[in-house]
Amino acid sequence: MSYVLEINNLRTYFFTLRGVVRAVDGVSLKLRKGETLGIVGESGCGKSTLAWSMMKLVPPPGRIVSGSIKIDGIDITRMSESEVRRKIRWRKISMIFQGAMNALNPVYKVGDQIIEPLIVHGKMEKEKALSVAANLVKAVGLPEEILERYPHELSGGQKQRIVIAMAMAMEPDIIIADEPTTALDVVVQAQILNLMKKLHRERGISFILITHDLGVVTELSERIAVMYAGKIVEYASADEIFEKPLHPYTQALIRAVPRLKGDIHRLEYIPGTPPDLRRPPPGCRFYPRCPRRFEPCDKEEPPLQEVEKDHWVACWLHVRR
Amino acid sequence: MSIYQIELGEEILRVEGLKVWFPVRKGLLDTILGKPKLYVRAVDGVSFNMREREIFCLVGESGCGKTTTGKSLLRLVPVTSGKALFKPRKETMEKLERLGVTPSDGGWVDIFNLPEKKFKPVRRDIQMIYQDPYGSLNPRFKIKDILEEPLLVHGIGGSKEERMELIMKTLERVKLTPASDFVDRYPHQLSGGQRQRVAIARAIISNPRLVVADEPVSMLDVSIRAEILEVLLNLRKELGMSYLFITHDLAIARYICDRIAVMYLGRIVELGDAREIIAEPLHPYTKALIAAIPDPDPKNRIGYRYLPIKGEVPNAINIPPGCRFHPRCVAYEEAVKKGTALKDLCPRKEPPLADVGNGRKVACWLHEAVRKAAGLE
Repeated sequence: MSYVLEINNLRTYFFTLRGVVRAVDGVSLKLRKGETLGIVGESGCGKSTLAWSMMKLVPPPGRIVSGSIKIDGIDITRMSESEVRRKIRWRKISMIFQGAMNALNPVYKVGDQIIEPLIVHGKMEKEKALSVAANLVKAVGLPEEILERYPHELSGGQKQRIVIAMAMAMEPDIIIADEPTTALDVVVQAQILNLMKKLHRERGISFILITHDLGVVTELSERIAVMYAGKIVEYASADEIFEKPLHPYTQALIRAVPRLKGDIHRLEYIPGTPPDLRRPPPGCRFYPRCPRRFEPCDKEEPPLQEVEKDHWVACWLHVRR
Repeated sequence: MSIYQIELGEEILRVEGLKVWFPVRKGLLDTILGKPKLYVRAVDGVSFNMREREIFCLVGESGCGKTTTGKSLLRLVPVTSGKALFKPRKETMEKLERLGVTPSDGGWVDIFNLPEKKFKPVRRDIQMIYQDPYGSLNPRFKIKDILEEPLLVHGIGGSKEERMELIMKTLERVKLTPASDFVDRYPHQLSGGQRQRVAIARAIISNPRLVVADEPVSMLDVSIRAEILEVLLNLRKELGMSYLFITHDLAIARYICDRIAVMYLGRIVELGDAREIIAEPLHPYTKALIAAIPDPDPKNRIGYRYLPIKGEVPNAINIPPGCRFHPRCVAYEEAVKKGTALKDLCPRKEPPLADVGNGRKVACWLHEAVRKAAGLE
């Protein structure tokens, strides 16, 4: 089986004046071609840093310290910036940044913003680029005329569609979407998720959806990775994550969310706060908040292990030593 | 009915026909050409009532007027028209009477009708919790100063010691324990959840009767949301205040609220028991809203989500005539296709929010009770 994405023991740290923040600290992940992946976690768990690492766009003072990220078998951590720019970024993997719809340039028409990378990266003539742009906006469900509009004339949902069209411009295999619907109302959110589903099905795009919202993640993701304090604590199919979660953090997270259907149960919460990533606790990072901690948890860190077929978990309750 | 059943008390708030229109500034050319003055009709005729200990929820998408409605009760926005009758606590009423305010029968005062000076005692009874715990606390104040301020403003607690005692007690109420660990800290030393609890403590320290909670958990991580909701529910049980709970999240509304009102473009389109509305929505807009919410269930991945709604929210300056939802309504679309009577009614006449039984109200011409209430049948 071929993997479009293979991350191995990746560490991305931020070297701040107040210490080294270990935002991504030993993450391993594999994604098969055409699969969709959801990365779930709370603020500060390192999910956005992981995404930036995959694009090799970690902002300073952050940098990839060790590990590898193979896209189509090629390790991008060993590539020079110009090589990544020529061969990988936007062509093989692209990204919808958080809040990107509000980062459209207000003084340029939408069309000009879509064709710019096509001309610069794709070396296209303007006419050709315009016809590609027209096809892109149609693919995301917008009329061609929208190319002549300015961002302020568009609604939030339309702007987000434009941003998705831009991510698709160089026909990448993988698109990372960092909280793509967080600023949108539920109806618009559902429309955007429908669109992403369609693009996945019809064009085979592997979406990597990064979100804190367990409801959103299930709409699109075949596989789900749960992150906590810079690490993946559980990685399995979406069905397994919801029907048979193994890690106490995953279990608690699912029980903390109110549901729209079924009986109303008292919600549970996780006491305490996530650890400071400059000084993570020894052993398992979740152990100070874990309801099921026991003897080895505060001493030794559990590795992410495949405890059942395709179900990975990093917890001493399940991992064999 | 919220997660914890509790007996509700007397009626304490009656909002009638509330309108908050914000004028749009005209350009010079528009003035010369004599163009009519335009308004953003943020709240456009909202009526509801609340009882003691009730958690009443305003839900809707951004721009539907839910926050403006909440703010108007604290007179934080200029009200265009309408009434908000409020029944203050006994001590507050006595203070008001000393200021020369005569309550109407049953001890009601109209919030919008009091001069600012005479409104001040009422502020003690109506407090607010804001969405953003990072922006709503003064970064230069220690926690004890943040909590002492409302006491000083309202003249609660005779001495410094008395005030400190009340501050400690309130911090413990919101589960910031031991309180002595928190009083001398600054907001930046606290986590988001802890800050929000300070904001809650500030709101409840004056023992208010009504708390307007504007999206109090939407900025917090999911693992701590439940804890904050629990703090709010416990406070209601212990202190007996009511919450006007503003949220866009129907699942949270279902969990915490007794009744909900669904707002669309400045009006309530449906109102009733929280669980009943979510289990069986009557208004086409409520149906669309519920259909759009991604419930955490992997089976949702299988199909596309069917959304029974068309187009996008129009802006609140040019509100569509008749039922303001009709241009997006699938029921109206069908009526046009089939040529039923609704095809003429919906775009011409605004449906009233009418009782359809069991305390349930809806503003949609599809319902016979609504047509009867308007004298059409």
